[in-house]
Amino acid sequence: MYTLKEVKVGEVVSVVKLHGEGATKRRIMDMGITKGTQLTVRKVAPLGDPIEVNVRGYELSLRKADAAMIEVQ
Amino acid sequence: MKITIALAGNPNSGKTTLFNVLTGSHQYIGNWPGVTVEKKEGNLKTNKDIKITDLPGIYSLSPYTLEEVVARNYLLDEHIDVILNIVDGMNLERNLYLTTQLLELGIPTVIAVNMMDLVKKNGYHIDIKALSKKLGCPVIEISALKEKGVEDIVDEVMKVAHQEVTIQHYFSYDIERTIEDIQNQLPSDIVLSQRRFFAIKLFERDQKLQAQLSQKIDIENLIQVIEKQEDDDSESLITNERYQYITSIIDECYKRKNQNQLSISDKIDQIVTNRWLALPIFAFIMWFVYYISVTTIGTMATDFVNESIFGEGFELFGSMIPSIPDFIRSALQMIGVASWLEGLIVDGIVAGVGAVLGFVPQMLVLFFFLAILEGCGYMARVAFIMDRLFRKFGLSGKSFIPMLIGTGCGVPAVMATRTIESSRDRKMTIMTTTFIPCSAKLPIIALISGALFNGASWVAPSAYFIGMAAIVMSGIILKKTKMFAGEVAPFVMELPAYHIPPARNIMRSVWERGSSFIKKAGTIILLSTIFVWFTSYFGFVDGQWRMLEASELNNSLLAMLGRMIAWIFTPLGFGHWQGAVATITGLVAKENVVSTLGILYGFGEVAENGVEYWPMLASTFTIASAYAFLVFNLLCAPCFAAMGAIKREMNSRKWFIFAIGYQTIFAYIMAFLIYQLITFITTLSITFEMLIGVIIMLGLIYLLIRPYPKKMKEDETYDELDFE
Repeated sequence: MYTLKEVKVGEVVSVVKLHGEGATKRRIMDMGITKGTQLTVRKVAPLGDPIEVNVRGYELSLRKADAAMIEVQ
Repeated sequence: MKITIALAGNPNSGKTTLFNVLTGSHQYIGNWPGVTVEKKEGNLKTNKDIKITDLPGIYSLSPYTLEEVVARNYLLDEHIDVILNIVDGMNLERNLYLTTQLLELGIPTVIAVNMMDLVKKNGYHIDIKALSKKLGCPVIEISALKEKGVEDIVDEVMKVAHQEVTIQHYFSYDIERTIEDIQNQLPSDIVLSQRRFFAIKLFERDQKLQAQLSQKIDIENLIQVIEKQEDDDSESLITNERYQYITSIIDECYKRKNQNQLSISDKIDQIVTNRWLALPIFAFIMWFVYYISVTTIGTMATDFVNESIFGEGFELFGSMIPSIPDFIRSALQMIGVASWLEGLIVDGIVAGVGAVLGFVPQMLVLFFFLAILEGCGYMARVAFIMDRLFRKFGLSGKSFIPMLIGTGCGVPAVMATRTIESSRDRKMTIMTTTFIPCSAKLPIIALISGALFNGASWVAPSAYFIGMAAIVMSGIILKKTKMFAGEVAPFVMELPAYHIPPARNIMRSVWERGSSFIKKAGTIILLSTIFVWFTSYFGFVDGQWRMLEASELNNSLLAMLGRMIAWIFTPLGFGHWQGAVATITGLVAKENVVSTLGILYGFGEVAENGVEYWPMLASTFTIASAYAFLVFNLLCAPCFAAMGAIKREMNSRKWFIFAIGYQTIFAYIMAFLIYQLITFITTLSITFEMLIGVIIMLGLIYLLIRPYPKKMKEDETYDELDFE
């Protein structure tokens, strides 16, 4: 499974499926990451985690552990 | 006609600015019942009959965060006439997501598209008329910052109040049928206008709302049929359809310029959160804030209040202005009040109030910087940069700032935790931040290091190391306890575009935080200082009850109390009453520990580091007991002013007592272990206490490495607000 966690900085991907459940998944969806959404990985934080992605025209940061639940292509 | 408006919108949408513009100075700030979320209300500047409630900034009406639960309960229960939904025109797509949920509540809604000045400047275009038609409610263009379009809001609100609401957005056919089924099963006490909202949320398996129903309904089968058919869970189905609906609106009404072009904000961020530059820039900004608010201006102002206004008086234009205590004392003597009353007023109440006010200038300077950091968008980057480091200890990246400030003073440090959104992280930071030695604890360090360690250079750094170790250990231990494990705070955070915060917002934020500290923290500090004053100035001398001079402290009630509780400290090596009394007076202000010991050893005034009585201290303490005394005083409950701040920020008596209790017990255990360890190393003999020490140590290690309790599942809704 190819997830957002593995995506390199600068690459554009689209969301295939959200795995996991509960509060974190809901929060990720609420923030606009849903099936088919285009994501651009902007950067990785200086200490290696979290990452910053551009989604629906704004900047969102999320942890790599949560990014691993987002399947992309 | 009286109208109640609820102001709702995403964080960073300009909600606070709009609220300030609409209400001017007619605001009341409180808390939502039972929780630490701030509640702001106000009356319209132009029409006092219109009341506005500022809801917490939220992205959704899900049951998972405290703010969202507070907001939707208010909207469902309080008979709001109109929802004023502010959306950020620069970020319309995600902002409309909340809008789609608000429109289901059956309450007339007016939408204000904010930041229209920026929208036009950037060459974006929003078709307001089409947007209004699509959403089925009035849409107004505004710029809260430039105060444009704000008058139109009032007109529209008056128009739509008490109007019928029609639904514009429907989900796909099968989902709509299920929602209708659920609506029909709802108990009859849910009013018609709210039935659709309830049905949709119940379809999403919202346990909070399910629990609110007067009778349970079983809809699990209905939901599962759809889920199987669509191969996705109901929550995802609803969210996906909402965003599809929004995309269809955006395609029609919103024209953005080429998105690949970098905005000014993006360019700033390329430098500020750059992989290599981020940490140096962060360090510089933190140093600057610290330098101004702790090292220079803030401390100068605080010293002026403490030493001049409440101390020796000061010179102004060549004439000597007496200090407030001196002035009040001479005024009281002039009218000839009894000396005990004079003492109570001057040494008890005025000194107590002074202890509070002394911190205020420093706090105001600090709040000023915090408001700027928050307002411009940098605070979110602080969390982004520091998150990895701090979350290991159950804290937030934003916990760094309170801890840095804590090296200066614990009071503003605790107040600075306001910038942490997650209530779990905030509570944890409040509980641990005063472990860092503040500037008032430095004299104690100097005293112990001078008297027993020949001023060895490692003593002071070791105090900071112990403070940091206490934070790390507490973080790890606490995050595994039930009351912290229950609340889940996903770190999925918006990094808002940088902007210059309006001066009005900054000033208001500084004023609100400063005054709320004075009001709420003032009472506990006042009562506590009066208590300590009373017990230290009254006592029995040769069997006779009377008021005492400052030098007769060893005859006071406080000394009696000290003798009574001294045994508690025997396992820590300082089971003599002097140590106990000094620890108690240290609660008024930590630097008092040094002066109190001075009095108890028979000196009147002593130097800040107590150099006069070092030999006597060296004869009553051993190396082990002195270091344990130091550790206990560094880690135990902070001074009354900081306790007041903790009480204010926790906004709950239970959490306050838990925090202070935890700190004191933790301090006791640490001091005990250190005393036993040093005793063992220096004497190489084994005592019964040492065996207990080993058992406690093992217990501590267990608490540190044990796995998370089973209950900590992510699918929990926001847990009840207090631990029971």
